Amino acid sequence: MPTWARVLVATVVTVVFALPLYAMVVVAFTPRDLLLDDGAGLWSSQWTTANFTGLFEAYPIWRWFGNALLVAGLTTVLSVVVNLLAGYALAKLRFAGRTAAFLVVLATLMIPTQAVMIPQFQVVSALGLVGFFWAVILPSASTALGIFLARQFFLAIPDELVDAAKVDGCTTFGAFRRIVLPLSRPLLAVMTLLAFMQQWNDFLWPLIALRDPDLYTLPVALRFLQGAYDADYGGIMAMALLSSIPLLVMFVLLQRWFVAGLSRSGLK
Amino acid sequence: MSGPVSGPTGRRHPDTRAAWAFLAPNAVLIVLFLLVPLGWAFVLSFQAKRPFGPGTWTGFDNLTRLLADDVFWRAALNTAVFTAVTVPLMVVLGLAVALLLDKAMPGRTIARTIVYLPVVVSTVVVALIGLLLFDESIGIVNGVLADLGVGPVSWQSDGTLAMISVMLIVLWTRVGFALLIYLAALQDVDPEMLEAARVDGAGPWVLVRRMIVPTLRPTTFFLVVVNIIWSFQIFDIVYVMTNGGPGYSTTMLVTYAYDQGFGPARNFGYGAAVGVVLFLLTLLVTLLQLRGSRRHDPSEQS
Repeated sequence: MPTWARVLVATVVTVVFALPLYAMVVVAFTPRDLLLDDGAGLWSSQWTTANFTGLFEAYPIWRWFGNALLVAGLTTVLSVVVNLLAGYALAKLRFAGRTAAFLVVLATLMIPTQAVMIPQFQVVSALGLVGFFWAVILPSASTALGIFLARQFFLAIPDELVDAAKVDGCTTFGAFRRIVLPLSRPLLAVMTLLAFMQQWNDFLWPLIALRDPDLYTLPVALRFLQGAYDADYGGIMAMALLSSIPLLVMFVLLQRWFVAGLSRSGLK
Repeated sequence: MSGPVSGPTGRRHPDTRAAWAFLAPNAVLIVLFLLVPLGWAFVLSFQAKRPFGPGTWTGFDNLTRLLADDVFWRAALNTAVFTAVTVPLMVVLGLAVALLLDKAMPGRTIARTIVYLPVVVSTVVVALIGLLLFDESIGIVNGVLADLGVGPVSWQSDGTLAMISVMLIVLWTRVGFALLIYLAALQDVDPEMLEAARVDGAGPWVLVRRMIVPTLRPTTFFLVVVNIIWSFQIFDIVYVMTNGGPGYSTTMLVTYAYDQGFGPARNFGYGAAVGVVLFLLTLLVTLLQLRGSRRHDPSEQS
């Protein structure tokens, strides 16, 4: 295919893929009456920020953003710590049962949370976590992907480096903290971004576990607004846009890290 | 077994204690929130259990009810159709866009970024945008079609069209992931091999079919398996966009399990039984993957 033809096809593809997000932005700034009278379109004859101000007047938007930040932030920290430690043990420590432990991690890939959501809810209830953010944070922290990413990264670090630190008198944890951890910045970046994205966007489990509107994270709040706004897409798209902006901006700025993480999730 | 130092605390396993300390936090979480619920799901599926009060053993009642439940079979069929349509389309579109955006051209970075973007947008937002596009009365798609003199198309009241609208919006979010994975894999295609074939007179279509597609086979296999599993588990987009309707025409296994467990019925036992079916299906696909990846991926044989 000549270059001009490829550019033409690529332009069409790009426009088609951009349209849904573009439509979200247009409708978020379209006046309510115009939407209900003429229907939603790809352009508007009038523009307004009333959809946004209406949202902030009627709903605890800041609180929901705070909840989302708190839940995603705490889950990310916990997730990076527990998956990093497990990945290190599976890659670098010599102990009985290492193969078995790795097989268990592999096996967890075969248990979709969707399949065990009802008993999982009972466990969380029995632990008295319902009504607290911990009901979402604790079950989401351990991920097979996180453990795999960490293990894969640590396997590439030479054993000699760790052994030398131990000869110098470091404990196992000391060698990990002083020698290995400073080398692991790229891994930490990728694990942090993926965990944060996952939790910021997660819907089904927070929907089950956070029944109180004061505790809602953004996807659950959006679902709630969908019921409240009905066909008033202006308000819904305003909220959809607000809730998407942090990750869209992070992705554009840190695309290299996202791509590295996501593509490694594909290559074993 | 032969050496004197091969005991659990001997030289072969010098780190046992530290290792379990490293693993313990993760192990607690996995056991508590994944393995115990999995075991409990099997127990529950033999019980009649409401959110409050103890469950009563009902033996195979849930299973026999499941096998005679038209809505369950409808949900299973819908999930199968959804999977069978979206997975191949996603792979083909992902590969096509990857080939298109692999070589240098003006605006390539922007084009890639835009196709990736839906991957980082939450599924609830994706579903709400889907509603905005396919709303029958004031949606954008019908608006554009009306300008062209077509429609209105009944995206929400016709079951088949509702399913198609869900499939389209799901493809929008997933092609970006396939693109990303394929672009990474295309780095491994040997350019000299392609150049040699081109010198020998191979056209672009032959190059793709005979050389690129076979080289990418492990990647394609991975994408197919991952997307089958994702499709089995689809919930968010359907729940927000169609809520399984109209009627049961877009009800999936997970939306059905959710309705049984957390909807008005609040039947934990029956919902858990649907979940067990989902687990067994996922298990089956993953085991097939393990067998298949050994055949497809020579690097795993070492």
